[in-house]
Amino acid sequence: MDTFELSRRGFIGSAAALSGGFMLGFPTRAAAQGAAPEINAWVVVQPDERVIIRIARSEMGQGTLTGLAQLVAEELGCDWARVSTEYPTPGQNLARNRVWGNFSTGGSRGIRESHDYVRKGGAAARMMLVQAAADAWKVPAAECRVAAGVITHPASGRRTGYGQVAAAAAKLAPPAEVPLKDPKDWTLAGKRLARLDTVDKTTGAQVYGADLKLPGMLNAAIRKCPVFGGKVRGYDAAAVLKRPGVKKVLTVDGNAVAVVADTWWRAKTALDALAIDWDLGEHATASSTAFAQVLKAGLDADGAAPGNRHGDAKAALAGAARVVSAVYGYPHQNHATMETMNATAKWTAATAGTAARCEVWTPTQNGEAALAATAAAAGLPPSQCEVYKIHLGGGFGRRGAVHDWVRQAVLIAKELPGTPVKLLWSREEDMAQGAYHPVTMCKLQAALDANGDVQGLHMRISGQSIVAGIFPQNIRDGRDPVVFQGLNDGGGEAMIGYAIPNLLIDHAMRNPHVPPGFWRGVNLNQNAIYLECFIDEIAHATRQDPLLLRRKLMTGFPKHRAVLDAVAERAGWGRPAPDVAGQKVFRGLAQTHGFGSYVAACAEVSVSPRGELTVHRIVAATDCGHAVNPQQIEAQIEGSFVYGLSAALYGECTVKDGAIEQKNFDGYPVMRMDRMPKVESIVMPSGGFWGGVGEPTIAVAAPAVLNAIFAATGKRIRELPLKNQLQRA
Amino acid sequence: MPRLNVNGKSLDYEADADTPLLWVLREQLGLTGTKYGCGIAQCGACTVHVDGAPVRACALPAAAVQPTQKITTIEGLSADGSHPLQKAWVALDVPQCGYCQSGMIMAAAALLADKPKPSDADIDAAITNICRCGTYNRVRAAIRQASGQAPRSAALDIVHVVRS
Repeated sequence: MDTFELSRRGFIGSAAALSGGFMLGFPTRAAAQGAAPEINAWVVVQPDERVIIRIARSEMGQGTLTGLAQLVAEELGCDWARVSTEYPTPGQNLARNRVWGNFSTGGSRGIRESHDYVRKGGAAARMMLVQAAADAWKVPAAECRVAAGVITHPASGRRTGYGQVAAAAAKLAPPAEVPLKDPKDWTLAGKRLARLDTVDKTTGAQVYGADLKLPGMLNAAIRKCPVFGGKVRGYDAAAVLKRPGVKKVLTVDGNAVAVVADTWWRAKTALDALAIDWDLGEHATASSTAFAQVLKAGLDADGAAPGNRHGDAKAALAGAARVVSAVYGYPHQNHATMETMNATAKWTAATAGTAARCEVWTPTQNGEAALAATAAAAGLPPSQCEVYKIHLGGGFGRRGAVHDWVRQAVLIAKELPGTPVKLLWSREEDMAQGAYHPVTMCKLQAALDANGDVQGLHMRISGQSIVAGIFPQNIRDGRDPVVFQGLNDGGGEAMIGYAIPNLLIDHAMRNPHVPPGFWRGVNLNQNAIYLECFIDEIAHATRQDPLLLRRKLMTGFPKHRAVLDAVAERAGWGRPAPDVAGQKVFRGLAQTHGFGSYVAACAEVSVSPRGELTVHRIVAATDCGHAVNPQQIEAQIEGSFVYGLSAALYGECTVKDGAIEQKNFDGYPVMRMDRMPKVESIVMPSGGFWGGVGEPTIAVAAPAVLNAIFAATGKRIRELPLKNQLQRA
Repeated sequence: MPRLNVNGKSLDYEADADTPLLWVLREQLGLTGTKYGCGIAQCGACTVHVDGAPVRACALPAAAVQPTQKITTIEGLSADGSHPLQKAWVALDVPQCGYCQSGMIMAAAALLADKPKPSDADIDAAITNICRCGTYNRVRAAIRQASGQAPRSAALDIVHVVRS
């Protein structure tokens, strides 16, 4: 069998590993004086004028690879047609004093948290290349000009390419001062450039973690106790060791059983045939229905942690002419990346003169966290470990904070020294062992005065804290700050856009035994449903137009209001929507602020007499401050609605007997082509800040649709997902 | 030794009798463009053609395919990525993570072979593949473009307004 031919592009490490050679990573400056000089950590210029831009964040479909390359190239002034990209490894980052900064790719942070230093990387490299040319020509660098990788000295008519001076530039000291362009002068950034990573995805050539093949590699399938917290009591390994190709059966971490075989299919079928005796532990009878009672009790419990408070909401409610209240609920959900969790690990035992070493190839949203997980599982210092990032078949937060699959792969490989082992989860394992969207309920109470004006709002969130599950050290005084996404009082990250005189938003933390995770959109998703549907409820209760009520409450929040106004105007709010196929079409609105961006949506839906929902169109607006690649932003908006509407229409993981009930896509439906609405994106960057785009618009999809459903049917959906709640007999 | 005709080549393989075509392609024949997504013919990531018909290879035993039947995988759709769908996919920047796209393209290619000018309803019926990144509107637009149907904004389902 052949191993893959891997191109160098975007694939540091693997090529060397596949050729069986010692892993060098990419050349350091000292080693780089030959073929491809590294100008600085971000930029390598080859003698043939090709430019390699290093990307620290992970590409998982969101386009960050292209966007970050655009920012570097903008300042570098190179020829975009000759740009390729590659990932530095987390081990190299560690060895070089984290020269590439943070590898974490989540929270829509890829561009907004690294735009400054990657642009400086490009600008510094340009300055060094120009200086090298100026030195050779013995002219002042300030007299030189740069365009598309060509340096000219107009006064003398001399010209040269970046590739010709790269070796000399690499020897220069980096400049102390690195000024950046004003975004209004951008020529590459801000443009609708095609992605750099498309072609291989149309021919089957793109290699994902699941596709990786190393020489001599074995394959592993795994099953962890389906009840979270349970353990392995025993199994009859002999029964499957006789099967063809099976090499090893082993317990992993005390809570999982893995079968290692020559092929994954043999490993998987052997595992299926293996009877495992589980100690199900203390959660063997846990259920979603039982936990719902815990959540319900939290809605009125004392001792909740305040997240946003001003005035006296409780007094306002006590003295209100009228109180409007509602209770909403949002379930556990699985990320369901199309590529299931996987990692290939190789453990090399220590010999006389060489230390033990552990290497991992894996799709990860955070190479450094994957390296930490590798080192911890291997029991080695990180300097004796390395992680090679492989292209992700979806991330959505599952592959960022928790690297449980990496730990398992390393523990398996450690039992087979010298042999690379690829661990691939089955879809069933992926559904059963997720890092689930947290489960919450929310009680909202609005205090209205005699005129129907909102004088107070108490929003009580009861439920699961992701931070408590993953980073418990970040819980302060029982408070999880991330729970209040989109509801914060000010700040640039995720702030409420309504001025309500007496406001209390608090959280009664109630954690089930189901492990939580950061799920694309995180807590903004349900918070926007809770607040934006409830605002709609207030509007209808007080016979006000939902747009006008929002506008009235949005005094002092011009950017929130601008995106809302933009979608209302484009959708034609205030005028009846034209019928579609004889059915009346109704609209719903939502807006929020999250991951640094202001977003709004207007959904158009119809509901048939039998209760069948059609979402015809969603108009969405985003103000992300600076738009690095509008085409990729639009793709993120389109895609975000599939993620958000899949969740709103179907997404639910329920617990019975301590385990997740949904096993595969037949029990966990997601949106497909036939349900996809037309999407109209309005990208309206107002400048002055950098917002994310991968997640924010997810959060407005569901409430806009739910509000439109109410307009169409008079039925208020408060329990997510929608499932068959509209169905009529 | 069992044999399959894949992308115009007759290839021997070794696998247990119940092994799905998907895993023979991926693990025996090195054709990893065809993806594993669910194993139960739900998601379509493993879509290949058998005698031109779209088939979900994860649920079809390789032994059920006769050596005379012609299997086409994404690697064999064109020699150089020049199938009209592949070109449209690139032109419209369809893929995001890309994992489901081999299956999408193969399903679309089978549709176009059957119906050169598919309607939106035809596309809805034929493309039941799952994409979690949410590329559906661009997939539809690319199919329409590849089939030579005039790209109307309503048909493209993508409208963009940039304001600054």
